[in-house]
Order: sequence, then C-alpha cells, then structure tokens
Amino acid sequence: MSTNQAMVEKYRNNFLKEVEANVEEGEWVKMCMQCGVCSGSCPLGKFWDHPPQEIFMMIRAGKRDEVLTSSSMWMCTSCYNCIVRCPRELPITHIMHGLAHYAKRLGLVPQNQPTAKFAQLFWDNLMKKGRVNELKLGMALYFMNGFGEGVKVAMKNQKLGMNMMKTGRMNPMEILGGHAVKDLGGFHKVMKKAQELEDARIAKHGA
Amino acid sequence: MAKRQYSFYPGCSSQKGASSSNYLISVQTMCEELDIQLNEIPDWNCCSASIGYAGGGELPRLTLSARNIALSEQHNPGQDIVATCAACWLSTREAQERLHEDQSLLAEANSALAEAGLKLKGDTPIKHMAEVLIEDIGYEAIGAKVKKPLEGIKIAGYVGCQTNRPFGISGESFENPKYLDKLVETLGGDSIPGYEKKVQCCGGALAFSEPEKSQEMVKGIIEAAYDHGADMIVTPCPVCQMNVEVYQDQINATYGTKFKMPVVYYSTLMAVAYGRSAKDAALNAQIIPAKQLEALAAK
Amino acid sequence: MADEKKFAGYICTGCGIGERLDAKQLQSVMTREGKIANCKQHEMLCSAEGVKLIRDDIDAGNATHIVIAACSRRAKVEAFSFTDVAMSRANLREGVIWLRPEGDEHQETTQEMADDYIRMACAEVKFLKVPKPSGEQALNKTLLVVGGGVTGMTSALEAAKAGYPVHLAAEEGRLGGVWADLYKRVPFRAAALGVPNGRDVDLPQPEDPGIDAMIAEIEASPLITVHLNAKITRTSGAPGRFAADISTESGGTVTENFGAIVQATDFKPYDANQLPEFAYGKTPDVVTNFELEKLAKAANGGPLKRPSDGKEVKSVAFIQCAGQRSTKPGHLPYCSGFCCTESIKQAMYFKAQNPGCDTTVLFDDLRTPGAAGEDFYRSGQQAMVTFTKGKASEVVSAGGSLKVKFKDLILNEDTEMEADLVVLATGQVPHVGPDPYAQLAVDMAETEEEKAAARKKLEVAPPSILNLDYRQGTDLPQLKHGFVDSHFICFPYETRRTGIYAAGPVRRPMDMKQAIEDAVGATMKAIQAAENAARGSGAHPRVGDLSYPSFRKEGCTQCKRCTVECPFGAINEDEQRYPQFNESRCRRCGTCMGACPVRVISFENYSIDTVGQQIKAVDMPDEFSEKPRILALACENDAYPALDMAAMAGERLSPFARVVPVRCLGSVSLSWITDALNSGYDGIVLMGCRRDDDYQCHFVRGSAMAAERLSKVGDTLQQLNLEVERVQVFEVAITDIKRAAQLINDMAATVEKIGMSPFKF
Repeated sequence: MSTNQAMVEKYRNNFLKEVEANVEEGEWVKMCMQCGVCSGSCPLGKFWDHPPQEIFMMIRAGKRDEVLTSSSMWMCTSCYNCIVRCPRELPITHIMHGLAHYAKRLGLVPQNQPTAKFAQLFWDNLMKKGRVNELKLGMALYFMNGFGEGVKVAMKNQKLGMNMMKTGRMNPMEILGGHAVKDLGGFHKVMKKAQELEDARIAKHGA
Repeated sequence: MAKRQYSFYPGCSSQKGASSSNYLISVQTMCEELDIQLNEIPDWNCCSASIGYAGGGELPRLTLSARNIALSEQHNPGQDIVATCAACWLSTREAQERLHEDQSLLAEANSALAEAGLKLKGDTPIKHMAEVLIEDIGYEAIGAKVKKPLEGIKIAGYVGCQTNRPFGISGESFENPKYLDKLVETLGGDSIPGYEKKVQCCGGALAFSEPEKSQEMVKGIIEAAYDHGADMIVTPCPVCQMNVEVYQDQINATYGTKFKMPVVYYSTLMAVAYGRSAKDAALNAQIIPAKQLEALAAK
Repeated sequence: MADEKKFAGYICTGCGIGERLDAKQLQSVMTREGKIANCKQHEMLCSAEGVKLIRDDIDAGNATHIVIAACSRRAKVEAFSFTDVAMSRANLREGVIWLRPEGDEHQETTQEMADDYIRMACAEVKFLKVPKPSGEQALNKTLLVVGGGVTGMTSALEAAKAGYPVHLAAEEGRLGGVWADLYKRVPFRAAALGVPNGRDVDLPQPEDPGIDAMIAEIEASPLITVHLNAKITRTSGAPGRFAADISTESGGTVTENFGAIVQATDFKPYDANQLPEFAYGKTPDVVTNFELEKLAKAANGGPLKRPSDGKEVKSVAFIQCAGQRSTKPGHLPYCSGFCCTESIKQAMYFKAQNPGCDTTVLFDDLRTPGAAGEDFYRSGQQAMVTFTKGKASEVVSAGGSLKVKFKDLILNEDTEMEADLVVLATGQVPHVGPDPYAQLAVDMAETEEEKAAARKKLEVAPPSILNLDYRQGTDLPQLKHGFVDSHFICFPYETRRTGIYAAGPVRRPMDMKQAIEDAVGATMKAIQAAENAARGSGAHPRVGDLSYPSFRKEGCTQCKRCTVECPFGAINEDEQRYPQFNESRCRRCGTCMGACPVRVISFENYSIDTVGQQIKAVDMPDEFSEKPRILALACENDAYPALDMAAMAGERLSPFARVVPVRCLGSVSLSWITDALNSGYDGIVLMGCRRDDDYQCHFVRGSAMAAERLSKVGDTLQQLNLEVERVQVFEVAITDIKRAAQLINDMAATVEKIGMSPFKF
C-alpha cells in the first residue's frame, strides 16, 4: 500500500485532521476566518487555481485530492505578503510550503510542475557540498525537462550567462567542484541525523 | 573608536564568482568606511532559502540554519549575526524563532548537531545589514561620511519582500517602508517616496521556474520607476537585484519595452558617496552600467 | 421688592474684548439704548473678583436681571452660575471678535456687531423670569420594571443596589424570561490581552447562564417586589408621580406609584413555522436555537439526542441567518446580532460531549460582537467546529437523516451535507406594544396603497404593554422594525416618553451581555429621572432646567397642535379640552411654543418675546447703507456650539450676521420669521439637527416638525413679494465647524446678489 493510500485509510474523510497532524503549521488551518485578504494580497494570485482562502476552505470541505494534486501551492513566491496581512496571523506562507512538501512526500505533485522540480534540484544541490553551486543548479534547471528542451532554454539564456560571466558574477570553473563547506563529513552526518529524526516524527503520524 | 564587530553570514550568492559577489565587495568597502568589522562564520552552509521546502522537511531545513548559528556562537561568541542576503537573514532568524518556540524541535536539532560536535543555544540576535546601518549606526553617522553627495541622481528605493516581511526593519511599515528613501536622501540623492512598487514581489526563486510570471512582475517594478523619472533602482536584496537587473533584455523582447534601468545595492551607493573607486563599489559588475555613479566615482 | 425688576449689566474686557472693541461704546449702548443704568466693566469678569462684583450686587438686592457681555453662553458656565436671577449673555468673544478679522477696515462693522449683541441681550433680559419648580410632585424613589427576563432582573437588582425600591412585573409565571431555558451562556469574558492566536491556552468557553443566581438574588432583596403573571393594565401620570395598575392572572389588581419606569420586555423568538424550506415542523430533527437549549439542558452534559428517535447526534449543521437579513415576506430584514455567538456556543456543546461529532456552522457573515466575541469564535475554531461560508437553501428529510443543500460561497458551488440534526439560528422580534402612531400613519397616508399597508400594521398590532393613558397612545413610539425609538448613540435609553426608559432587545436586537449593560444604563437614567422630577428639573438634554411651559388660557383656541406635535406625548387635554402640560414629562424643547399659532405658550426663561424682542432690538441700517442684516436661528445643541468652535478654529463670519440660539428648531415660531422679514432683515438662516430616520435631533422630532412648518414659509415670502432664497433651513451637525459659518456667509453672498430687502423702515 502506498503512503498516500495509508493516509487515506487512516484519516478517512477528515482531511482537516490529516493536515493538522502531517503538514508543517497545519494546526493553523482551522483558524482561518475566510476573509480572503491572503488571496487578494498574493502577487501571483491570478495564477493560482485555488488561492489560499479557497485551499483552506477545501481542506475543511475534505477535498483531499484536489488540494494535494493542485499546482496552487507551488505558485508561492515566499513574499510573505499574506502572512503580514492575515488578521488572524496565520503563517500562510509556511502552510503553503508545508502542503507542497506533503504533496511531494505522497507523490501527488502534478507532472512537470516546474517549481516543484526546481525546488528539489535546489535541495539536492545544496545537500551535496553544503553550499549552492549556482552554475550546476542553473545547468540542471535548463535540462530538467530533458536534453533537447534544455539546449533551447540554455540558448535563450545564453546572453544572460555571458553577461553574468563578463561581470564576474558567474564562474565557469564552478562546474569542476566549486564552493563547499570544509567539514563536509560533519555536515553530512548532521543532515543525515536530522533526516532520521524527521522520518521518525512522520512515522508517528503514519506517513 | 573601536570597530563594531559582527559575526557575518555572507551566503552562497555572495561567494566569489557567484551572482551577487559584487554585493559583498561593496559591503566590504562600506564597512571599512563605517568602522564595521565583519567576522565571517567559519564553514557556514547554505540556509536553503525559501525554496528548500520541496526537498527538505521541517527539521532538516531548520537544522541547516541551526548549524550556522551554532558555529557563530562557538567561533564569534557575543557577536550579533549579520546577513547581507534577505533570504539568508530570513531563514536564519525564522529558524531561531521556530526552535525557540518549539522545545522538542530544538532538542532534535541539537541531537543532529551533536553528530558534528555542535550545540545550539539560540540566543544570538540575527540582523540584516540594513538593520545594522539604521539601528546601530544611524542616518546621522551614515551622512557624516559622505564626501561625494549623489546630487541630481533620482533613485527608486525598491525594498522588495524578504527584508520587509515578515520581520522588517523596526519602526517601518510593511506597506510603505521608508528607510531606503531616507538613506538615498542621507547620501544626497533624490528619493521617490511615492514609488508604488517598492514592496512588490519580483518572483524570487520563481524567476527560474516560472520566468514568464516573474518577468511580468519585474516589468511592473521597472516601469513604475521609469514613470517616476528614476535614474536607477536601489535594493537591499541580492535576489531582487538579480531579478530586476538581468532579465531586462528578455523583458524588452517580450513586451517591446526599452528598459535599461541600472539596479544597484545600497552599499554600492554608499561606497560611491563615500568617495571610493568604481572598483571598490563593484560598479564594473553591473550588467546595466550605472553611468552616473561611474562618473561620480571617477571625479 | 420681590416683583421689582432691578437690571444690571457687566461688560468683560478680557480675552481681547477690550482691545478689539470700544468698551466705552458698548457701555453707552447698554445704558442708553438698553436702558440698563447699572452697568460695570471688569477686565476679567470670570475671575473670583469679577464674579464677586456680580454676586455682591445680587446679594445687596441691586440686581434681579443681569446681562453679562463676555464670552459665549456655553463658556464659563460654572463661574456665571447665578440661578437666583434672570440672566442673558451677549456673546462678544466667540460671537464677535474671534469670528472677525482684525484691521481698521473691519473695525466699524465688528463694533456694530458687538453693539447689536448688547442690544439683544438687554432686550432679552427684560422678558426673562427666574424659573421656579412647579411643585407638581415630591420625590418618589420607587421604580417599576416591566419584564422578568435577564434585562428586567438586572434593572431591578441595579436599582435595589442603589437603594431604590422596585416593583418587577413579569408576564410569565417565573422569572428568567426568554432565556430561562438556557443551558449555558455565551461567555462574558474575553481572553487576556496579548493571548496569541492559534496556540491559545485560555480562550473563553461557554459559561453557566447565571439566571438561577439572579433569581435568588432578587428573591432575597428586601427592596424588590415581584409580580408574576402580571400585566400593566393602566399607567398614568408623569415622572415622579406615575401610577400603574398591576393586574395578576388571579384577578387581583394593585395600584402603585412610581418615580420612573423601565421597560425591559426583551424579545420574542421568531416563529420558525415561517421557514418550511428548512423542513421546520416537518421533522422534529430541525430545531431552532431556542429549542436546542432545551435539548441541551435536558441532556445536562450527556450526549445530545435526536428528538425523532433518541439517537445520539453524530453530525449537526447550524444554519445562520434563518429567516433573517432577508426581504422575503415574513422574514426579519435585520441581523439579530446574537445568533452567531449563540451557534458557536451550541456547536461547542456537541464538541465538548463528543469531539468526533461533525459540527458545521453555515454562515454568510459571521458576526461576533463584544469584547469576547472574536475570542469565542477562535475558541470554537480551536474546538474544531467547522465554519463554512455558505448559504443554505433547503433541508430535506431523507432516510433517517437530513440533507442540507447549500451554496458554498468560497468555492462557488452548490453542494450538500448530511446531518442528524439541523439547528436554525433564528432571530429576535421585539416584544413591544403597538406603535402609538400606527393610527396616525393611516390618517397621514397619501396613497391608498400606503393607507392599506398602514391599516394592516394597525390590525396585527400586538396588545399594549404599558397601557399609558397619554393622549398620544398607549405605548412607547417606535422607529424601525418595531424597535422602540431611541437615539442609539447619543441617548440610547431615552424614549419618547420622559421617565420611561427602554432597556435591552426592545430597542435593538442584542445578546445577553449587552442586555445586561443596557439594563444598568437604563436603570441609572430612570433613577435620575425620578430625582430630577422631584426637583422640578428637566431630563435629557436640558437637565437642571426648572422652566416649564404654561399658556394663556384666554388666548387658546384649542387647536390641539401642541398636544399633537409634542415629540414626547407630554401634553394631555383636560376636561375642558385645554392642554394639560404635565411638567415633568416635558423636555423643555419648546416644540409646543413653535407650534402654537396664537403664541400663547411660553416658558419663564424662553418665550416668543425673549427671542422676538432680540430680533427687533437689532439696529437696522437703511437700504442704501450696504449693510444687510442676516438673522441666524441656531439650535443650541449642535449648530450654536459648531459656530462657537468655528470661532475657536479661526473661521470668519460675515459681520452682518446676528445669531440667536434656540432650544430646538422645533421651538421656532413662524411669527419670528414674519416679524424679521417685516422689519427689514435681508436673509434668514435656520440651523437645526438632522431629522430623518438617522436623526440627530435631541428632541427626536423637533427638527422635523420645524422643517414641515417652514416648508410653507415660501408662501409668506411670496406674499411679501420677497425672493424665496431669503429664508433657508439647513441640517447642521456639531462637527460641521467650517460649514456652519459658511452657510451664513453664503446667505450674505446671496443677499449681495439679489439685493437688499425693501422692508427697512
């Protein structure tokens, strides 16, 4: 049984409870008072299939699949406008990140969601050396939808890359190694342990 | 007078050969002039910014920042941590607050850190460089050092998101922060207090994954600056600087605009106003050259 | 000696009056034209020394009628409080020097303005008498409280605590009223300041209703006499001397005397039988919020059971605004204001008993008034009550369960949910007697349609509660939707029947906490009314005024205008059909005086002459002088203070204006207007309070009455062959500081355009 199915079984028709137990800052969802200020404050609001206010309502209405497979949360630019304006002080940005992460964990993210892919690439990149390698991240980004697509994107951004290089703000040598934390062994040990503890915490709730 | 000491967290994009390496250069120049000594946190790591959430769960993400704070506590004890990057500052401060609020998370983070012999107390103030300037140094002291006032240069203060929200600078409003305008005036330039896009999002990390959506917003940010007659835009954030500066060619191609708006850091302005060279101000790293600043630096 | 009038005048030269005006000239006007020989100047009249100067004259028997020419009558009232003499005040500071620019070119007209105010004050004082209390009644401290609910009980307890005996008359056979069956009440307590959101530990929870404790307190009070199953079958008299017949079901009637009355009859629950769309009456599993309290009380902390089959309720839906905030026939057009928090509380009953119970509140706008309201909402959310923004359209009974069809207003879709029990959040219908003006509305209706509607209202009118024997009807006048008329901000408990105060949901819908606060306020006002009546002094807004209206019987034509137009129903008719004024019912507005076509009604200190002689006293330059005269009659409650404030704010006023304060625009006699026009005034500005349903008139109807009378002033102007623009009526609020002066200046501009009046003789 997939983790997703296990969670469906466990929480039956109470998606709100599932969110409370499994999503970062999810215990705040019930406190939304449906004023809609978040939706009106989002810079990318028009691109959300369901703006935050609606997402909260859908969670309460038990629309589990529609929420978790939505690309909406992935539209969050982390601008924190919703957080500072929410009259109930809900950490909306964090809840959106939490929902996105939860959807990813359950394998429900829509295919080819670009931000989901990029965010994963970013994490993988930083976990390797402890610091982000912008060049490798950039290359990975160009090629995340396959080689042919990547060449096209890279060509489109060629001038930009040249500009960055000319001004010393991109270093082609980074491809060979690049910046890294010195105590890489220690860094990896710390992060491994953190992941184990995270997994144990999740296991307590069933997924 | 003794130099002010800070534990410095430069962040990935400030490293040599990275996208905001120019930011670091001008910050160093600015700090020399203001008698600020930045002590880099040894062996710091990435904070995962606000885009690490897909791959990283709650604890792993918080642990990244916990490691940096623990290193600072160990090597630069008693010094406030200062970051120049908005995302670095936000992630680090947020992690510190979350761990402070949730003791079980703190215990878990510490047991992860213990793997590398580290321990987090979590009582170090975490500041953005703008806070250091405004709260620790003050406008008066900043203005006292000006040798070449930025006379006749009209500058739109673009504050952006993450230096402004959710923490922001003390005493400023989220909707209309004024510190960049005050800084511009302090340096002898002309501010644009009515610049309506000063806290508009530029797209942040989505500039990479959703370039069209992001560039539409950037277009608005530049257009409003033009409409107010701005010569350039100033910003405190490396993501803002990059997103607003480097895509102008692509935006021009998409929208038929003819933007050529320089976007500089506050530290760039200060280095020039303090009479330092174009190189010390990292003006050579502008993709869209700030010609008025170059001329002033050459004088 | 007692009847001999001794006049004295005092001119203050302080606050710049002496510098800006020629005091010698003022004194000369007072002595020569005003004929007040005993005239003194002082450089600071309001100082202890200045006050002593006046006091000594009075004490020596040298002054019974005094003129103080200094600041506005609204300023320095404590210093110039000489209640044993008749006093008029010439407003030289706010009325003249502060409103006029300095400079030689203005000096002549500014001085003329001041001279005129001296003339006017001298003219007024000659017609003033020192008011004396009527001696109509003694102090009666006993209060009657009508209504045995939470509001009435609070009122009785508060009066008793203040040492005032109370008779509490309840219609029902027990105390507690409409909230007697409450299981718990919405909390009165808000969360502590700074309790953070979300992670709250101490949010308010449903509380014990406290009704039994109140009943016990009432029964234990030696000052409270309770009448159960009681009706008030007749109320007569006036504040200080009300007599009420209290009749009980057993047939006995007692007559008691009261100083004042509080009507606290609360509300009646809305009749949910008018909501067939929600299956009310079709299945016992659809209940109203009031019925749910009974279920909860019966369950007493155990699982709530479904009425139909006794099954434990596992899911419940609350439909907010049931039959409310809707224009459908039979629905209440207004929000009852208590039902949202009530539903939150009731949803928490289910959650407290079984956290797994699905509780959904279907709301459109969740309104949670009061300090505790928002905290209590959060409390409900913390308890995992689901709040769904949705509008219910139908409830259907299907297969042992109920289906609630609704439109989700956030997701914009028609959807439905199942529930074991449905609770309808129904509203409050004010429990009041018939609108005393319902018959008047029939008589006044202009179209047949209106007449039919008014007649219908009269037919379905509820039985009387107070059975007043007043000429203007049996009960308290209403404003909208049957709620008792009272100004909801400025004087919330005052009704249009002096000494009878409305408390709680009879004046607007409200929750228990608000009703309790209301009862405290109304009771304090009732105590004041009893005390004021004993002193012969007016109630709000002319508290302390000892004057009252009297009339010259031989001149009265028995036209009844005064008895009809009195906004407070104060005037009855005696056996000979003459008006009977009932002093302590009177608010001293003078609307009767303004209404009287034969000018026989007057107060000791306010009469046709006190104002009319001021108008005549003004020096009238001839037609070719380029010095017009503009008369401004300004309501003393809003317009006159607005002009004072304009002066303080440095606004400028035309030097040709002469402002006379009036008690209410309702007191303005048309004779003043006609006389003023005949004596050559070029323009007249009347400034009163807002007069529509959102009125600000301190006498409720005074301003409206005046507007109606003045609507015919155009005819007078045409008869005189004068332009209609010369007389204008405005609504002026106390905040209209710039505008108040501007309106008068506009009239000056108008006069300049249309030319001077030809009536200057």
